[in-house]
Amino acid sequence: MKTISTAIFEAPSVDWWGLLPQMVLLGVALSLLLITSISRRKFSTAFSTLCSVLAGSTVFLIALGLWGDVQELGPRSSLASAFAVDGFSIFFTILISLGVITTALISHSYIEREGIDSAEYHALLMCSAAGAIVMASANDLIVLFIGLEALSIGLYVMIAIHTRRVEARESAMKYFVLGAFSSAFFLYGIALVYGATGSTNLVQIRDYLDQVAFRDEHILLAGIGLLLIGLAFKVAAAPFHFWAPDVYQGAPSPVTGYMASIAKAAGFAALLRVFFAALPSYKLDWSPIISALAILTLVVGAVMAILQTDVKRMLAFSSVSHAGYVLVAIQSANASGTSAALFYLFTYSFVVIGSFGVVSLMGWKDGHSLDRYSGIGSSRPVLAITFTVFLLAQAGVPLTSGFVGKFQVITSAVDVENYILASIAMLTAVISAYMYLKIVMTMYVTENNSEGPDITIHWTGGVVLGGILVFTLVVGIIPQSLINFSQNAVPVLIAG
Amino acid sequence: MDILGSTEVASFPVLNVLILLPAIGALVVALLPKNRPEIVRPIGALFALGAGAMSVFVMIKFQMSDSGFQFESYQSWIPSLGISWHIGVDGISLWLVVLTGLITPIVLLAVDPHHDPKPYTAWLLLLQAGSFGAFLALDLFLFFVMFEIVLVPMYMLIGGWGYNDRRYAATKFFLYTMAGSALMLVAIVTVAVLSAKDGGLTFDVVELANRQSLATNTSRLCFVAFALAFVIKVPVAPFHTWLPDAHTQAPTAGSVVLAAVMLKLGAYGLLRFGLYLFPEAAVWLAPTLVTLGVFGVIYGAVVAAMQKDLKRLVAYSSVAHMGFIILGIFAFTTQSLQGGILQMVNHGLSTGALFLMVGMLYERRKTRAIAELKGIQTAAPVFAGFFTVIMLSSVGVPGFNGFVGEFLILIGSFETRRWWTVIAATGVILAAVYLLWAYQRVFHGEPTSADEKTPDLRLREGLVLTPFIVGIVFLGIYPKPVLERIEPAVDRLLSHIEEYSDYERPEPNTPVIIDVHHATEKEEGH
Repeated sequence: MKTISTAIFEAPSVDWWGLLPQMVLLGVALSLLLITSISRRKFSTAFSTLCSVLAGSTVFLIALGLWGDVQELGPRSSLASAFAVDGFSIFFTILISLGVITTALISHSYIEREGIDSAEYHALLMCSAAGAIVMASANDLIVLFIGLEALSIGLYVMIAIHTRRVEARESAMKYFVLGAFSSAFFLYGIALVYGATGSTNLVQIRDYLDQVAFRDEHILLAGIGLLLIGLAFKVAAAPFHFWAPDVYQGAPSPVTGYMASIAKAAGFAALLRVFFAALPSYKLDWSPIISALAILTLVVGAVMAILQTDVKRMLAFSSVSHAGYVLVAIQSANASGTSAALFYLFTYSFVVIGSFGVVSLMGWKDGHSLDRYSGIGSSRPVLAITFTVFLLAQAGVPLTSGFVGKFQVITSAVDVENYILASIAMLTAVISAYMYLKIVMTMYVTENNSEGPDITIHWTGGVVLGGILVFTLVVGIIPQSLINFSQNAVPVLIAG
Repeated sequence: MDILGSTEVASFPVLNVLILLPAIGALVVALLPKNRPEIVRPIGALFALGAGAMSVFVMIKFQMSDSGFQFESYQSWIPSLGISWHIGVDGISLWLVVLTGLITPIVLLAVDPHHDPKPYTAWLLLLQAGSFGAFLALDLFLFFVMFEIVLVPMYMLIGGWGYNDRRYAATKFFLYTMAGSALMLVAIVTVAVLSAKDGGLTFDVVELANRQSLATNTSRLCFVAFALAFVIKVPVAPFHTWLPDAHTQAPTAGSVVLAAVMLKLGAYGLLRFGLYLFPEAAVWLAPTLVTLGVFGVIYGAVVAAMQKDLKRLVAYSSVAHMGFIILGIFAFTTQSLQGGILQMVNHGLSTGALFLMVGMLYERRKTRAIAELKGIQTAAPVFAGFFTVIMLSSVGVPGFNGFVGEFLILIGSFETRRWWTVIAATGVILAAVYLLWAYQRVFHGEPTSADEKTPDLRLREGLVLTPFIVGIVFLGIYPKPVLERIEPAVDRLLSHIEEYSDYERPEPNTPVIIDVHHATEKEEGH
């Protein structure tokens, strides 16, 4: 109990261990920038890549330690309950740290090939990852917003980092303008929710809503709606997806993979934390809206994907439809649905990083039109089969991680007796499958040129692609431990 | 009942090996060195033959009187979702397993892929593994995994080694089947989730079939979702349009396996999952399905007669044959079901062999157009002879296997579906029309100069076709060993249907064929 009369400033307790992941990422990022700008010596790309990989690995190890800690001692929160240290935040910390490692390795050959300043790129990568972790751990809407902005601003620059390409600058501009818009929506949502409940802290919002029955809840509902719009933009859910294909196409391919996986995962983390954990008493209001968003996202993503002729645009729309699957799981608004969403995000993130990793191997300056992929099946059979597995995993073919994810999403919808939504999700999967098969067919069935494109694979990229391939198949065949992992990561709100 | 023979082999997980052996073979083949293409097919065939021998072993050790599942193997897979690796074989799946075991090595040895033998062999082996898995699965999740995974190798085979329109055909094949099974997955989950109130979440087929905890309307909807997946796979007209394209564009090996093994997945699925899990709903929808089946018999035959391409003709004849099988399944009598299952094997033998021979003809002449072939009989008499036997089996001439199956279906269905049976019987005549007419146009008449040079059947090709001929003639003359292994399982399935629906079997008439055998045996005995 804080009373004004004592008037002694009590600094909130700080759980330094829980904050260590962000601090490591930010620390390494700033040191990297500092060292490379002060030193006269020119550092190689390998140095920056190594920094990112080491920082990512450190965060990964810390997160593993925290995971055991939280499973044993229970979740907690820090910084005057503004920052959560629970299974949920650590789940995303692990995912994001792995995302940093894989993206850094995949970017290595891209950066060397295109002559980009590697220190800036990797510093931005780590800063935005720190932002993503903050988003996943925020217990307060303002902290959430800080994380969102840190992630987004890092991404705006990363998209534009290839300054000689007009498309990259154009898509960075597009993402920036629309992203600023959505941030404004989100902020206005925070303001309205604060107006209705008197707090920006999620724990207090939940407790307040549990106790108070509103006579007029319009302000609160409008606030919830605006929060949803802001986050739906970040995860590229229809009808807030219009930026995605253009930005994904224009951005450097490794950055696209990072955006489609980690940025999206962070957006969903925020969505789950705010809606599932803090607004359970308004479940009946937001669940149907998310359900409608899911249907729209699934249909738009699937139908628009098959109309595309550029592989990056195809994958962009497919990433829209994947957002739809996660929304299907979220709308069920229970623990099993949330764990299905987490499982889906975890497996999907790697598959999409891998897919854009394959795309980034193609050194074309003028677009990734589908027929340029023809002949890879005979010229690079191992690469072709890897890409095929990634695409089939996205299509939800059994024995890949994608199928287990989709299966759990369908189960979560059936669990709450939303059979229509489950059926729509499965039928749109067939529509998307057409698009994935089109890419596979192009790689294997050569009509005109039997010579495939000339591709060189650096070992860093090769290791990542191989690792993701093994992960996708192993999780597809023995998924139980990852299911347990996601079941233990359902968010909880703890005051502390 | 799980005594004697099954205990001595219980320690050896024969069915697991059956599924894993070809899968390992595929992996081994994929890892073979690139510069030794000549060892790829023998090594692949060795694995396929090993699995084939294993399936024959299962057939020999199979307990005839046991109506339940044998060689069962149970292993928890995803415990938190109640999913297990539960496999077993009964009289319904036994012969399809044997068929899968024997067809794949034959095809692997018989058909030359012309290019890239390594992936070709690996995909065929994966196809065998997946088909075994689908026929043996006793867990809905496991079945769905296998049912979907076989699409990938077949898709790759059609796309990689097919004819001109292969991209279109392969994609159409994949999407049709996937669309059908999309709603089935929702139904699978629904059944499992709604049955969970009676003792926990499980996907085990035997357990779910015995719980029967769904309300009538729900189970009917679920059955419709299952049936949709399976009628597309069978395929029942009007859901068959993927089949002619897939068959015509597929390489010979693909066509043979597609016809002999993969089409059976649909009919088998209806029997194992449709009737077993939703007995009441199956009886409810039976009139519709029987009508579609009979429609398919007539439609397939008429369209087959109109075809200009020999391979397309055989493809449409599949639609007609599979229509018969649907009639047999949904007539719900012991004979009709026995006939339906036997006819699945028969169709695998005769249509598989027909596709092989059409492929051989194409290798010789580089055309499959009926109009461009004439008088082949003069140039290749042995070839024509083999073709005649297989064709007569497909027509259903007495003495060959097709007759036994069709006759059992007709006699079994006559009691419960009289007028449908009458119409379907005309399909037998129509089969004679389109096949004999095609034979006449291709093999009879004055050969042109190109036809005269058609080489006759080579020894290797003859050896490949011999197992088919042996099967065709053996099952035509003495089908008893097959039928008596099917019967207990079929009887049990029908009792299950009677228990959970208001359907009652008609009083058994004297089963004609089986009675004849009994009579002769008695005479010998006394």
